Amino acid sequence: MAFFQMKKMILAWTFRTPVTTKYPFEPRKICPGSRGRLDIKISDCIFCSLCAKRCPTQALDVDKVNKKWHIDRLRCISCGYCVEVCPKKCLHLTGDHGIPTVTKDMETF
Amino acid sequence: MGNRTIIPFGPQHPVLPEPIHIDLIVEDEKVVEAVPSIGFIHRGLEKLVEKKDFIEYVYVAERICGICSFIHGQTYCQGIEEIMKIEVPVRAKYLRTIWGELSRIHSHLLWAGLMADGFGFESLFMHSWRVREHVLDIIEATTGGRVIFGSCKVGGARRDIPPEQMRWLLSELEVIEKEMRLIADIFLNDNSVKHRLCGVGVISKEDAIVLGAVGPTLRGSGVADDMRLLKYAAFGDLDFQPISRPEGDSYSRCAVRCAELFQSVDLIRQAAAKIPEGDIAVKVTGNPDGEFFSRVEQPRGEVVYYIKGNGTKNLTRFRARTPTFANVPPLVKMLAGCELADVPVLVLTIDPCISCTER
Amino acid sequence: MIEEQTIIAVMPETLAAETRKMKEQGYRLVQICVTRLGEELQLDYSFDLNRRFVNFRFRLPKTGARVPSVSGIYWCAFTYENEISDLFGVQVDGNVLDFKGTFYKTAMKHPFIQDAAPAPVPAPAKPGDQ
Repeated sequence: MAFFQMKKMILAWTFRTPVTTKYPFEPRKICPGSRGRLDIKISDCIFCSLCAKRCPTQALDVDKVNKKWHIDRLRCISCGYCVEVCPKKCLHLTGDHGIPTVTKDMETF
Repeated sequence: MGNRTIIPFGPQHPVLPEPIHIDLIVEDEKVVEAVPSIGFIHRGLEKLVEKKDFIEYVYVAERICGICSFIHGQTYCQGIEEIMKIEVPVRAKYLRTIWGELSRIHSHLLWAGLMADGFGFESLFMHSWRVREHVLDIIEATTGGRVIFGSCKVGGARRDIPPEQMRWLLSELEVIEKEMRLIADIFLNDNSVKHRLCGVGVISKEDAIVLGAVGPTLRGSGVADDMRLLKYAAFGDLDFQPISRPEGDSYSRCAVRCAELFQSVDLIRQAAAKIPEGDIAVKVTGNPDGEFFSRVEQPRGEVVYYIKGNGTKNLTRFRARTPTFANVPPLVKMLAGCELADVPVLVLTIDPCISCTER
Repeated sequence: MIEEQTIIAVMPETLAAETRKMKEQGYRLVQICVTRLGEELQLDYSFDLNRRFVNFRFRLPKTGARVPSVSGIYWCAFTYENEISDLFGVQVDGNVLDFKGTFYKTAMKHPFIQDAAPAPVPAPAKPGDQ
């Protein structure tokens, strides 16, 4: 029978700094391989609209006529399927997760 | 003999932020009967398969549950691969094994935290989740997602773990294992924890089988049944023996999970040592035509997918029997005859994931 | 091949007797599953003993499907039987814990035997949408 088995851990942590970060003031460390915000290098895009067709959440919209590429950030689930199918490899996922928003706007490139 | 009263438990309850409702019929402080009800957030994901491409449905399958997300995706992919007779590269099988075991560690640590919170041990809860954060960091670095891994696809894996990352993963695991030893020690040896768990909610071996219990609930009752013995993924090459304990009470379910934490670490080490070089995915052509019951061991127990394809890109039927769904009847049996104060602890010992039950 | 799966054809009338035999052999009820195949429903009762997977299968018409309950044999079957009666409208006779259609709180009755709604309109994601 052991009473208060946790004393060792509690004692050790009395002298340590917190593991949490003060988030909004101290930005989160970006992990290099993380699937974050979808980014496009629009100069390479050929507007084939393959990404929009394959997107599981229909977050993308490609305007072939006006050569515009739209994304609904709130719909995008950062799955990376579009990155895989893109023939010109102009899409990629960045490690950061973008900033919070209060409106549902389409972002246009 | 006291008066009979009905006390509602849930769908909103401090220890369990998930929508299960149980009507507890109590006599004084003793629960005599419990009537469960779920279905508050039924999402109809099984019906969605008629509209989604079978390749795309992996993303939906992964989102059935937030905690065992990877294994859901793996179960689905294995089912489709079995129907379409796709031979997955060996390296992809090993990667799936490693990620599956990582997700088991993170799920069991999450459970440990909730359990500690459930019996009122707040600081233990904080420390369990602090260690879990390390595991999530590994998962993010290797797959790109912290909760939804998104690294499993029909025909293999979508990402590789390069050798230097594997070495980093193993060195991190070492740290995590040390931390987990401290936490497991508290769960298994502390007097006050034992006082809450020993002898509470006993399910005998025979009952566990008849009630259809799965996972640690079944193994905690002395039945060494684990779907990993089916040798899916790379488990055929690894040295693996299921963990079971004969007591059948809350403590033994807790002990099974604690032991599985270290077993998973060991399995990852074995897999990392044996992983071969090679491709990580094969190209998938054609559509599934056939049926298969895909069974995989999740942190919470056996999950069963019934997948039926008809030769088009949309499946005819996709049915998921999640482990919690099978563990509800044992829970109801456990609750009958327990003390009212033990109800939250007992509900937590089956590691309920109601949201994945309501797929 | 991951595992062998035995599928045995049974009749709704003999289901209870066959299930009782499984219980006597020590099998565990894994799941009950209904699949809609056009105008028919296919019912699967799956059992497992030491990872030997056995499945009972029979078909019923879509409308007015009735099955005898096995919840008297395997008590845990009540969850599955409530599920099939709520989602597929299969009438289960003699369920020990019958929720009478309230196990799942769905917007429509028996959603899984309804025809699929037309394919989702690829939500028009147009610039300036709020």
